[in-house]
Amino acid sequence: MSIRIDHISKSYGKVNALDNISIDVDQGELFGLIGPDGAGKTTLFRILTTLLLPDLGSASVAGYDIVADFKSIRKQVGYMPGRFSLYQDLTVEENLHFFATIFGTTIAENYDLIKDIYIQIEPFKNRRAGKLSGGMKQKLALSCALIHKPKVLFLDEPTTGVDPVSRKEFWEMLKRLQDKGITILVSTPYMDEAALCDRIALIQDGKILEIDTPKAIVEHYPKPIFDVGAHNTYLLIEKLNAYAHKHSVFPFGEYIHYTDQRDGFDPLDLREYLKKEGLRNIHIERTKATIEDTFMELAKQ
Amino acid sequence: MKEETVIKVAGLTKAFGDFTAVNKISFHVRKGEIFGFLGANGAGKTTAMKMLIGISAPSSGSANVAGFDVYTQTENIKKSIGYMSQKFALYDDLTVKENIRFFGGIYGLSKDRISQKSNLLIEELGLEKVANSLVGSLPLGWKQKIAFSVSLLHDPKIVFLDEPTGGVDPITRRQFWEMIYKAANNGTTIFVTTHYMDEAEYCDRVSIMVDGTIEALDTPKNLKSHFGSDSMNDVFLKLARS
Repeated sequence: MSIRIDHISKSYGKVNALDNISIDVDQGELFGLIGPDGAGKTTLFRILTTLLLPDLGSASVAGYDIVADFKSIRKQVGYMPGRFSLYQDLTVEENLHFFATIFGTTIAENYDLIKDIYIQIEPFKNRRAGKLSGGMKQKLALSCALIHKPKVLFLDEPTTGVDPVSRKEFWEMLKRLQDKGITILVSTPYMDEAALCDRIALIQDGKILEIDTPKAIVEHYPKPIFDVGAHNTYLLIEKLNAYAHKHSVFPFGEYIHYTDQRDGFDPLDLREYLKKEGLRNIHIERTKATIEDTFMELAKQ
Repeated sequence: MKEETVIKVAGLTKAFGDFTAVNKISFHVRKGEIFGFLGANGAGKTTAMKMLIGISAPSSGSANVAGFDVYTQTENIKKSIGYMSQKFALYDDLTVKENIRFFGGIYGLSKDRISQKSNLLIEELGLEKVANSLVGSLPLGWKQKIAFSVSLLHDPKIVFLDEPTGGVDPITRRQFWEMIYKAANNGTTIFVTTHYMDEAEYCDRVSIMVDGTIEALDTPKNLKSHFGSDSMNDVFLKLARS
């Protein structure tokens, strides 16, 4: 077991940031913490990286206890916080050199591990970190978090505010790091990234909604789900919400995802209702639930 | 009935030294339309938006926003539009009510009108319990919904939304879009940027910027069929990676 989180709770005043959280992450696993802003993801990262003490519960990382062996953990983990936290006034190369030195290593010693990533920013190695674009900052931060060859990598929302192309590239980098045997715990508010993890924990308001593989999580979705479309989306949402038998109504890209309260739901009933309410070009088709559907269903309860 | 055009852009360009951040972009946006303005980080979206809201002078080309020229009538533009972004929306150290009063005042609304609008907004969003709480103490999703309502206080013709839903939970994100639909249905034009590609599908039309130019502009449906893709995410990846 690479990360063991055992009934951890943490509150700030009246706010329960984490409420009795337990997760086990296997050696070499790519594990995702999926949840919105304020879910408690950052608090959990800070506890696991020994920057914050839990109120209750215990945890270990790479075999070390987060309280008793905190110094050992700091040598074994790489941490990329959500906010850019490198030295803005140092150059790209100076930052990397600095982090290698405090961990008692050199860039040359572990260059293999970061080569794929660092090579993309190497042309700018004399530029100050503060002057890099968002995507380049992200790559430098990842290089710095990896330079001491950590066993476990903690990435707190590495892709927030990043465009879909750069996000995709970032996840490809993570997969390659995983292949090198590094355990990765990564958080994201983007539900589509969940599918790229081995297992995920859906988390909201400090509580875990579910832990499983992305595939199993969507298979657990409790109801048949339908794509519904019509000529006027705003009117459609209004009328679906007003329908007496609706269970959930959520816009989902081109269509609205609709579920019904009734067991023997017949889409023709819904079509008749929408027609009567003045909607045209009605489209109703069975579709598959996504991680986001599951998240919303669980969060509703 | 002739459709009213509220944003007209032709050959709009902005250069910083040798670097052309926005390169001859042209498009029109209709009244009441939800217009998605997409692009990778660094493609020039923010620079283009700054010109449209009248805080950055173009290098060349023309643009007319809400009937006003972006070179000579920037003050009129600022009065005719609303603006909110993910990075700055409301003052954390003011209460919900104080923020509404502050922004109402900035937009030149009368005292009576501000108090009337304030009550309406608080009622619509169900904020009675937190009206006197500091905005900083509220969850991000609430803040963003309040910020959007505040950007509509002065009944602007156009609202510019710069990544309004980044990091917001999926349910609140959808409630936010329902508010957008409602505003558009009332005739307010919505100009929005986002990195959530499912949100691109909620737009009437979408433009995709790559390296300072608009590479595609159409309805999500047409873009998908044109690129042989089943999602906007795929369209985006095909365009921005080529």
